[in-house]
Amino acid sequence: MSHATTKRPSNLGDTIFEGLARFSGLFVLVLLGGIIVVLFIGGLPAFKQFGLSFLTSDNWDPVQEDYGALVPVFGTLVTAVLALLMAVPLAFGIAFWLTELAPAWLRRPVGTAIELLAAVPSIIYGMWGFFVIVPIMAEYVQPFIIDNLGELPLVGAFFQGPPFGTGIFTAAMILAVMIIPFIAATMRDVFDTVPPVFKESAYGLGCTTWEVMRSIVIPYTRISVVGGIMLGLGRALGETMAVTFVIGNTNRIAHTIFGPGNTIASIVALEFPESESGSLKLSSLLALGFILFVISFIVLAISRMLLKPGAKA
Amino acid sequence: MSATVMTSGNVPGAAKNHAAAEALGRRRHRTNRIVKVLCVTATGLGLVFLASILFTLLIRGLGGLSPTVFTTSTLPPGSHGGLLNAIVGSLMQTVLGTAIGTPIGLMVGTYLSEYAAGSKLGDAVRFVSDVLLSAPSILVGLFVYALLVAPFGGFSGIAGCIALAVIVIPIVVRTTEDMLRLLPVALREATVALGAPKWRMIVSICYPAAKDGIVTGILLAVARVAGETAPLLFTSLGNLNWSVSLAKPMASLPVTIYQYAGSAFEDWVQLAWVGALLITFGVLAINIVARFVLRGGK
Repeated sequence: MSHATTKRPSNLGDTIFEGLARFSGLFVLVLLGGIIVVLFIGGLPAFKQFGLSFLTSDNWDPVQEDYGALVPVFGTLVTAVLALLMAVPLAFGIAFWLTELAPAWLRRPVGTAIELLAAVPSIIYGMWGFFVIVPIMAEYVQPFIIDNLGELPLVGAFFQGPPFGTGIFTAAMILAVMIIPFIAATMRDVFDTVPPVFKESAYGLGCTTWEVMRSIVIPYTRISVVGGIMLGLGRALGETMAVTFVIGNTNRIAHTIFGPGNTIASIVALEFPESESGSLKLSSLLALGFILFVISFIVLAISRMLLKPGAKA
Repeated sequence: MSATVMTSGNVPGAAKNHAAAEALGRRRHRTNRIVKVLCVTATGLGLVFLASILFTLLIRGLGGLSPTVFTTSTLPPGSHGGLLNAIVGSLMQTVLGTAIGTPIGLMVGTYLSEYAAGSKLGDAVRFVSDVLLSAPSILVGLFVYALLVAPFGGFSGIAGCIALAVIVIPIVVRTTEDMLRLLPVALREATVALGAPKWRMIVSICYPAAKDGIVTGILLAVARVAGETAPLLFTSLGNLNWSVSLAKPMASLPVTIYQYAGSAFEDWVQLAWVGALLITFGVLAINIVARFVLRGGK
């Protein structure tokens, strides 16, 4: 142990640690790839059996072993888009209030309360929707809409039908409540990135709060705002438990927004317990899962690209 | 705002139409007031939703809350069962799932922050992790089912833990990377200047310095997976009997709530509300604690 030959500290530790970190990074890539591959392989028998008609068939018949994805895919897209139509204005209002209008002492508690909406588990939304919202819908909201909009020319047909309380409209409403906190939080965060001097200049010219929002804040943040909306859409597409409770679970394309329906996630959750391992039905469910993954991957990928820090208007 | 006191005759430029200017001003301010009212309404609605959920849970759940809920397992309808097996199952799966997912998420976050600056692989990992963060949790359940349950003959508690771990990873990745990035460069430079290898710098200096943020991430992950139902339907399945074996189907609160809420038996529905009350207030409490931890660190 002479000090004449001071050994260079070994960099073995660094090699191992960096290797572990890199390996973990690769593991995440493999995980995503694995999900895609496993769902695809699982769905392969169904894709082989039905070919492209799997996407265009509205059949779901366990007796005849004839399955199609049209109704759940339709239900998934319609509920998610309807949910966005309801959630975006509300989320915008909340974000606007939190960034520009709220007194300083209220910002944090109200902001936290809205964020807590996102923490409530999906199944709780399902129970709340089924036991609280559905009766209100059946008793007041749907009869009111049917009476007032059902007679309109052209669009009236969408607002007709018996007011069951459950159905596509109610599912979309619950979804809207669930995605509001995600969209509102993203909007609030990007609204806060607008340089104060821009807003102050506009106020200095005599603009009202709304004019500053419309002409300064929104143009400056519009790409990120769309990214936040897409993030909400991605969330709405895959929601399972809440939707399963309130959508009515019927494999039929409804002709009014109050009609029952299903979504990919709800049909998978409901039909899975009755599917034997290795059956064509299970394979069809996995194929549905694959389709849902592809749809949400595209939506979430677009959202990420729009929300990337460099992607300003 | 009264434009009438101005003597427009001396002002250069086009003559000002006072009446029109005043009307415009009134309209602009009216629009502004309407928008403000709408925004307050939107925020109020959001708060009403939260209040309604919590109020419903309290009204329907508190009545059924009794010691037997915590001392008895789920029993057939009419025999005063509790939720003991579901509570224990949920705790076990949440803790184990978090324990499996956290180290991986931590390492991925470390990789992204410390090793992957500007690399293509790093960008890909970050992108994929962010997609996984919002990916439908039911698909994670299907994935683990097809990978671990179907080939190895049966639903099991450990499959549930792994499904939850997959959900934990991206949450921990996001907070870990963000928190490590916040650390000042000078801190790292000082450590390296003392002769510490990079891994010592990360483990002994960066992790402790970012501790609050990382703990927040883990708490948020716990809160998220504790309420997950869909992935457990396909993996740990649920179990109406007492069982702590990870190799057998395992009960969990969310799955038991799902089974009970839709049943026709009044006492089961009542228990479902009790379970819903427990899980929601548990999850919200963890969320609030997580925020508190993060704020305490600033």
